[in-house]
Amino acid sequence: MTRDEAILQFLLRMGDNTLILGHRVSEWCGHAPVLEEDIALANTALDLIGQTQMWLGLAGDIDGGKSADDLAFLRDAWDFRNVLLVEVPNGDFGRTLMRQFLFDAWHSIMLGRLMKSSDERVAAIAAKASKEVTYHLERSGDTVVGLGDGTEESHARMQEALDYLWPYVGEMFASDDVDAEMVAAGITPNPASLRAEYDALIMRVLSEATLTIPESRFAHKGGRDGRMHTEHLGHLLTQMQWLQRAYPGASW
Amino acid sequence: MRASTDQVWEWLDAVPDPEIPVISVVDLGIVRDVQWDDDTLLVTVTPTYSGCPATSVISMDIETALRDHGIDDLRIETSIAPAWTTDWLSDKGRARLEEYGIAPPQPAGGPERCPLCGSKAVEKVSQFGSTPCKAHWRCTDCLEPFDYFKCI
Repeated sequence: MTRDEAILQFLLRMGDNTLILGHRVSEWCGHAPVLEEDIALANTALDLIGQTQMWLGLAGDIDGGKSADDLAFLRDAWDFRNVLLVEVPNGDFGRTLMRQFLFDAWHSIMLGRLMKSSDERVAAIAAKASKEVTYHLERSGDTVVGLGDGTEESHARMQEALDYLWPYVGEMFASDDVDAEMVAAGITPNPASLRAEYDALIMRVLSEATLTIPESRFAHKGGRDGRMHTEHLGHLLTQMQWLQRAYPGASW
Repeated sequence: MRASTDQVWEWLDAVPDPEIPVISVVDLGIVRDVQWDDDTLLVTVTPTYSGCPATSVISMDIETALRDHGIDDLRIETSIAPAWTTDWLSDKGRARLEEYGIAPPQPAGGPERCPLCGSKAVEKVSQFGSTPCKAHWRCTDCLEPFDYFKCI
């Protein structure tokens, strides 16, 4: 694997995570339980789509001059490199915020490390995104605590959300040949090296939320290497890519 | 004859932010550089938030304003590093924000006082407000909700 092939895979992983999660979160627009939450979800989605433009923009430059839009709208499910966590359906509001928290915690730590990347293009994107993700994490963490340590009903739903999503957490720390190449070049950290800090962060918040982390360390995998996505990704793409598929080249 | 860069900065200081029209794109700190490259005017801008839809409108407004001043040959470049920070808001911009009812950013992470009645009794409603750059707060004295320009 050449350096460019590896960095392209890494950029697709970052950009596809933010693209697919941004799309999922945007599905709440106009449907959230209260207006403030609707606005917060829409703003979070907007930040994530903005970050996608930077990651996939750079990926497209390396991949023969494609645009971020080409990569977002003209690839099929097997070409996506996002972790499975971000493509699972939203479920209820509590599950959406639990997923956001589990992702934000990883995202904030990852971006902090990437700010020291030996590749200054990567470091610049990470520095920009990191400022936004600090707010995402503050909000998703607060909401997880509010709902987890809330009513009997909200507590039960948050525990259920954590139990459902927990098997998707491990994939964020998996590594393969792409990571080995990136770590050797000083471009990215070894994903596994983020785990201790991650565990400490989520344990602090989840214990304040009176929630119990499941014991199993079983992890669903196949998203970040593209080996096997869940059935949900294809359904999501039919919505997200519909316009460009039906009217190729359409713009406004 | 080429306009001086000082003159260009002055023209740009008359271009309002599309979402907060009381401050200019220069007050907001998103115009990072103005220089001539031969006969082409090069304006460097940086986005506030990466997904902010106002960014493309701002570039268009800058271009329109400069063309109105007779500059036909110009290029607008976007730069993301160093990342935009609220430290780049001008003092004039901060004062105008507050007059307009938006609490200016504070390093402490929250508004210093209610921009409407001046009370220090304020509380956060949400980290997110009407645009990506703002949070939603309220005053517990005058009971009015208000936007707070987030410090990043």
